[in-house]
Amino acid sequence: MNDTGATQPHAAPTLEPGFKGIVRDWSSDQRSFKTASWGKVMMWAFLLSDTFIFGCFLLSYMTARMSTTVPWPNPSEVFALEVFGVHMPLLLIAIMTFVLITSSGTMAMAVNYAYRRDRKRTTMLILVTAFFGAMFVGMQAFEWSKLIHEGVRPWGNPWGADQFGATFFMITGFHGTHVSIGVIFLLIMARKVWRGDLDNARPGFLTGRKGRYEMVEIMGLYWHFVDLVWVFIFAFFYLW
Amino acid sequence: MDHAATATPATAPHEEHQQHPIKLYLTVWVWLFILSVGSYMVDILQFQGLLRWGLIVTLMLLKAGLIIAVFMHMAWERLALSYAILVPPVLILVFVAMMAIESSYTEWMRVFFLSGGT
Repeated sequence: MNDTGATQPHAAPTLEPGFKGIVRDWSSDQRSFKTASWGKVMMWAFLLSDTFIFGCFLLSYMTARMSTTVPWPNPSEVFALEVFGVHMPLLLIAIMTFVLITSSGTMAMAVNYAYRRDRKRTTMLILVTAFFGAMFVGMQAFEWSKLIHEGVRPWGNPWGADQFGATFFMITGFHGTHVSIGVIFLLIMARKVWRGDLDNARPGFLTGRKGRYEMVEIMGLYWHFVDLVWVFIFAFFYLW
Repeated sequence: MDHAATATPATAPHEEHQQHPIKLYLTVWVWLFILSVGSYMVDILQFQGLLRWGLIVTLMLLKAGLIIAVFMHMAWERLALSYAILVPPVLILVFVAMMAIESSYTEWMRVFFLSGGT
């Protein structure tokens, strides 16, 4: 939409730093976000709204847990695994955390190589990210089936407060859906990068918007957000 | 246009093209690992009480900060955007305070009127 040529002449001298800059940007004509493209701003706006959704989920979990008079099941024990006869609390969750962090790291590097126009490395790194994402979803499926097998239901469980199952399936399910959509998104983008759509500004099949390398960064924002949400779920649901 | 943007990286006030050394991402990655191990250790070592909550929240916020600032490039955005995105979630904290009061009240009602019941 806005190529750099349009913003370059007036961008350099007028942009002020600090709080004064915020006031200037917001009260200025035309656009408040001077350096971010509209695509990036829209992704941030979406992520902000998603923050509120996950915020409300965690909030309802807090409310359920604080208001119940029945003891809450101990997540450290519920999510423990027996590995070669050794009792490891929260092992699977720890591995899932590391897998997701690693995928975030490879995504960040994919964005970096995308801006260097390195098609091969970008594609590879996006595919590695998608692989780790799929691995995460796989482990989550394992965790779900294990808990369902042990008798956890949205309306009850063998260890304590009934609300445990409802909040668990809701929060991790919604997050897992985000990861799954992200993996699909990543695979589509890997194909675009590999085929050279971003170099040739080829219109996308759905929106018809021309391919450009910033798309990788915008998709990266989504992926990092999924990792970010997991940081909060890990802290509040699994460790608390 | 792109050549002009990449030719003057230091003086130009942050263009739409983010370019940082790979080493930065690897460093952040290692730190995220260390912090995650830290929060896992909180559970393994069975810290309890204020120490536990304090460590969990501190490690969580450090990890979230690193992801937002470096991986999502928020540190290099204009403050107009950063504030627009980072300030509204504060409202969630207000909501948390409200629901904490509400749920304490609900629990008290349950204990008092349902004879410690469900």
